[in-house]
Amino acid sequence: MNRFALAHARTIADAAARATTTVADAMTAARSNATRPASLIKAGGIDVLDLMKENLLAPDMLVSLRDVAGLDTITEAPDGGLRIGAMVTLGALAAHDMVRRRYPALAAALAGAASPQIRHVATLGGNLLQRPRCWYFRAAAFHCLRKGGGHCFAISGESQYHAIFDNRPCAIVHPSSAASVLVALDAAIELVDADDTIRRLPLASFFVAPGRDTERENDLRPREILTAILLPPPAAGLCTAYLRQGERSAFDWPLAEVAVALVRNEESLCVHAVIVLGAAAPVPYRAQAAEAALLGRRVDDNAARAAARAAMEGATPLPRNGYKLPLFEALVHRAIMAAVAETL
Amino acid sequence: MTDEVTPEVAPDVAPDVAPRVETFAAGIVGVKLGTVARQIAPDEPPPLPPNDQLSVIGQPVPRVDGRAKVTGAMRFTVDVAMPGMLHARILRSPLPHARVRRVDSSAAARLPWVRAVIVVARPDDPAHAVLRYVGAPVAAVAAVSPGAAEEALRLIHVDYAPQPFIADMDAARAPGAPSVHDAISLPAGHPSGWPAPQDLPVAGNVRGPAISGRGDIATGFAQAEVIVEGEYRTEVQTHCCLEPHAIVADWRADGLTVHMSTQFTAGVRAELAEAFNLPLSRVRVVVGGMGGGFGSKSSLGTYGYLAVALSRAAGLPVRLVLDREEEQTDAGNRPATWQTVRIGARRDGTLTALSVVSYGTAGVAVGAGIGNFAEQTYVCPNFRAMQHDVFINAGPGCAMRGPGNTPGAFALEQAIDDLAERLALDPIALRDRIDASPVRREERRIGAARIGWGQRHAPGADPGPVKRGIGMAQSLWMANVHLNAACAVRIVRDGSVTVMSGIQDIGTGTRTVLAQTVAEVFGLRAEDIVVRIGDTDFPAGPPSYGSRATASITPPARTAAWHVLRQLCSEAARMLNVGADDLIAREGRLIVRDDPARGLALAEVAARLRTEGIGAVAARSDDYGGFRRRMGDAALAQQDLGGVQFAAVAVDTETGIVRVERVVAVQDCGRPINPLLLESQVQGGVLMGLSYALFENRILDQATGRMVNPNLEQYKLAGAADSPEIDVVILENYQGQSATDAYGIAEPANIATAPAIANAVYNAIGVRPRSLPMTPAAILHLLGKSPAGSRVS
Ligand SMILES: Cc1cc2nc3c(=O)[nH]c(=O)nc-3n(C[C@H](O)[C@H](O)[C@H](O)COP(=O)(O)OP(=O)(O)OC[C@H]3O[C@@H](n4cnc5c(N)ncnc54)[C@H](O)[C@@H]3O)c2cc1C
Ligand code: SF4
Repeated sequence: MNRFALAHARTIADAAARATTTVADAMTAARSNATRPASLIKAGGIDVLDLMKENLLAPDMLVSLRDVAGLDTITEAPDGGLRIGAMVTLGALAAHDMVRRRYPALAAALAGAASPQIRHVATLGGNLLQRPRCWYFRAAAFHCLRKGGGHCFAISGESQYHAIFDNRPCAIVHPSSAASVLVALDAAIELVDADDTIRRLPLASFFVAPGRDTERENDLRPREILTAILLPPPAAGLCTAYLRQGERSAFDWPLAEVAVALVRNEESLCVHAVIVLGAAAPVPYRAQAAEAALLGRRVDDNAARAAARAAMEGATPLPRNGYKLPLFEALVHRAIMAAVAETL
Repeated sequence: MTDEVTPEVAPDVAPDVAPRVETFAAGIVGVKLGTVARQIAPDEPPPLPPNDQLSVIGQPVPRVDGRAKVTGAMRFTVDVAMPGMLHARILRSPLPHARVRRVDSSAAARLPWVRAVIVVARPDDPAHAVLRYVGAPVAAVAAVSPGAAEEALRLIHVDYAPQPFIADMDAARAPGAPSVHDAISLPAGHPSGWPAPQDLPVAGNVRGPAISGRGDIATGFAQAEVIVEGEYRTEVQTHCCLEPHAIVADWRADGLTVHMSTQFTAGVRAELAEAFNLPLSRVRVVVGGMGGGFGSKSSLGTYGYLAVALSRAAGLPVRLVLDREEEQTDAGNRPATWQTVRIGARRDGTLTALSVVSYGTAGVAVGAGIGNFAEQTYVCPNFRAMQHDVFINAGPGCAMRGPGNTPGAFALEQAIDDLAERLALDPIALRDRIDASPVRREERRIGAARIGWGQRHAPGADPGPVKRGIGMAQSLWMANVHLNAACAVRIVRDGSVTVMSGIQDIGTGTRTVLAQTVAEVFGLRAEDIVVRIGDTDFPAGPPSYGSRATASITPPARTAAWHVLRQLCSEAARMLNVGADDLIAREGRLIVRDDPARGLALAEVAARLRTEGIGAVAARSDDYGGFRRRMGDAALAQQDLGGVQFAAVAVDTETGIVRVERVVAVQDCGRPINPLLLESQVQGGVLMGLSYALFENRILDQATGRMVNPNLEQYKLAGAADSPEIDVVILENYQGQSATDAYGIAEPANIATAPAIANAVYNAIGVRPRSLPMTPAAILHLLGKSPAGSRVS
């Protein structure tokens, strides 16, 4: 790891002014301006320090958001939704009373991520902005497409943990467990730049698929701070579920994760369905065929199975990750059943 | 026996004293305990009665260093700091196969904070000019800080000429595959691997077969009424010691001191003396706390050699600690295997023929066989094993917890279950018929009762996607003894007792076991004994590998203590006016056997000593009744170690997840010295076996020869949440073979776990998991649920 300076920003504008680059830009030789010193935001530091230790990143300065007031609070919005500061830790969020009551799928996703030690320091903002875990990407020896190289090593190589959808020309899976649920819950995010200009957008449209740009996973701009994640109030009758399956029971990345949000009308027919797959594609993946299979139907075991099968439509598995198809199918079925069981 | 001196030789036996015959307890406690008469040397202590008559041995004494470990007080090699100490780093090959054309280290050497540079891969040296795996050492640097050393590495310019390489065992066996080795580089058989014979044929990247056998295999199969055959695969497992390989070398004009995380202080000393042409007496090897070795810290290693050479070159102490990537790629591994097992049997289960053909690879070296599990475990007159080592361009292997037998048992124990099914016999009933070991028979009985074998049902019987199953498998390991193993015991005038040996405690509890053994002799408590070990300035200790530490060191510890006690008794006898033989040691006192009220505290007797203290040194004597085989310092006890494990699993047939819910491990080890430590060893063995069964895999990128998971995030080890309930039962099995009659346990406890889990998975889903690891991908593939064309790693 290189030597670097650590600065503690006091205000959002101060932090934004000092964050000269984003991790994605800093890691891509072509984009980073080598002559100008690079400084990066540090939240919990789990990901950014990891990248530095692997010699993938060598910023001159890290700007810590720890001392910026108001970034680590959870507040109820006037509309009944929730405003979650970007610096709230995964552990704090999973344990938060209102989150557990109103957004149990989110609490479940966070409580199962990584390990207690990591959840204690990792922040929600950092979680959404972390870089992918593709093992080629994470090793300095492989100069792959996502780092500005000319080649994806995974597609023809060790692809067991890679994407089964939209996996060309890069086959990463989006690493954030929070993202899948937040997309299912229709969350928005708030970004603030050095001039205090606020940008609000749906989280789903913040992510960048490889088809658009292989070198970054989101639209964060230099000198921009993610300040909050905004959750709309849960719709009447909303039922949700989150399921994940890793190889190990804890301290592991998911092989597959599924977030489901459903609303049924008085006749028990499904009127709203969002099914998001994590660890499936380079960005949180909306299983629209599965959603369509549920809409207008009574959500019973047969419907759930049909939707689960539909969820895998269009999958393009790589040689070593075909197992994810039956795995996702099982989880989608179970997640749908878990969601409706919750409100029975 | 002399004052304060700890000579390296055992006390000479007075030649005029004849050997004596003693009666020892023999048999399994709770089953059949009889006696055996043994002739023993006159300087051997009297027979040690069974544990129920002892007060310290056999008791669950907590680790004497447990508190220091959990409070962080324990000092490990990485904690050693010396004035002026330099830090070393190794430059490693980025390519799987390359000839080094030029190495220019002048820029690195010119840096003021760099004190020594050594180039390993020298273009002019045919033995070192070619690098054969990613991570092979190229050069090493000692500098004033780790960061400075790292920076210096970047200034070493190497001109590599890439060579064709091969990183897959199957591909390496194919005709025309790129050759990993040339005539000079072909490694000798690894002494701790299997097989190790000399002069085996070599064809391309395959060496072997090493053939072992008995009877006539063709006749055996001709006699068979039923034949089962199966192919099995195991993957490379790395040692993953919590404490990395570490050394601090201090080269001085008057001698070399090396602090090293090692499983064998005496062995490393011998290697250093030879490598650096120093008298043994000028080399000292020291180790304090250790965080595991599992076979990977058995010898000096290239990194150890480099640290010493750098210290010599710089004239300052040098510290070298491997990082996790180096641990994963160049610190040894358990080789992968591919085995074809074929068994012929009569309808009643009697085996007529057993054949195993194996191919195995660790990387550039070696010892990738299947041990003696298939050869020795079952009665079968006709046996043949043909074992092959395959070379690929990856880091070398080395011994790892139950080498050979662990992958060997994975295959054979499943094949035996296969046979039981074909014969419509219960797997335990079949083993009762073909396994001659009375110990394992008892272990099967105990384990079956505890796991609820009677409730075992047919595969797939559960409703719903989660299927439960129960399986069992057996272990076989040699009861190893190291004869070049000695121990000194000393009592000083205040009555305090010290035991000293070069032996190391790699985390197994050797300190505690030594304290207990000596305490038992003096009638003290384990915590009263000062244990000083892990230093070659003490009498040479045995290695802590091959499950031989306790078997090798506790007998001389007891013998030495007994010699000291005898001298104390003569002293006390004069003071009390009784015969020395009338005195016994109890609760810190020497008391008159028939008049326990009369006696003296140890300290009272010790205070009268003419000099500050008295000591004795004893070496490991031969097993009473002799050994089965002896090879230099090592010997094999008459009997093998057994062990039987049972696993209860739940397999989710939709997600492919295998959960091991319960393991019952029944294990023998001769005399159990400390049930608490034994339980901990067995639990460790089970967890390592479970991790091997479900998770671990060295994954090599085929296009670059690079390991893609050289860390502990993507190289998956079982964690706390994956741990089953583990029920450990330790058998007391006396043989009357040494002063303590204790044998090893570390390796046997690891061998049966993976096949027990595999047999349980079969019992759950009715499909046999013939490959490791049993990941969700593998299970879903096995169940035919993955799309056509899918591959599992
Ligand atoms: C073994 C292991 C298992 C894991 N398992 C999971 C899992 O199952 N699911 C999961 O979701 N995650 C998992 N993680 C990842 C972990 O949760 C993330 O690394 C962590 O959440 C990152 O948060 P952080 O606050 O530490 O981010 P940091 O490392 O501090 O920051 C991450 C990135 O975001 C930028 N950044 C952070 N905050 C802001 C902000 N407010 N504005 C602008 N830029 C910002 C930083 O510059 C940096 O580039 C795992 C990690 C490990 C090591
Ligand atoms: S999947 Fe993406 S990140 Fe991984 S090697 Fe391919 S291009 Fe690089």
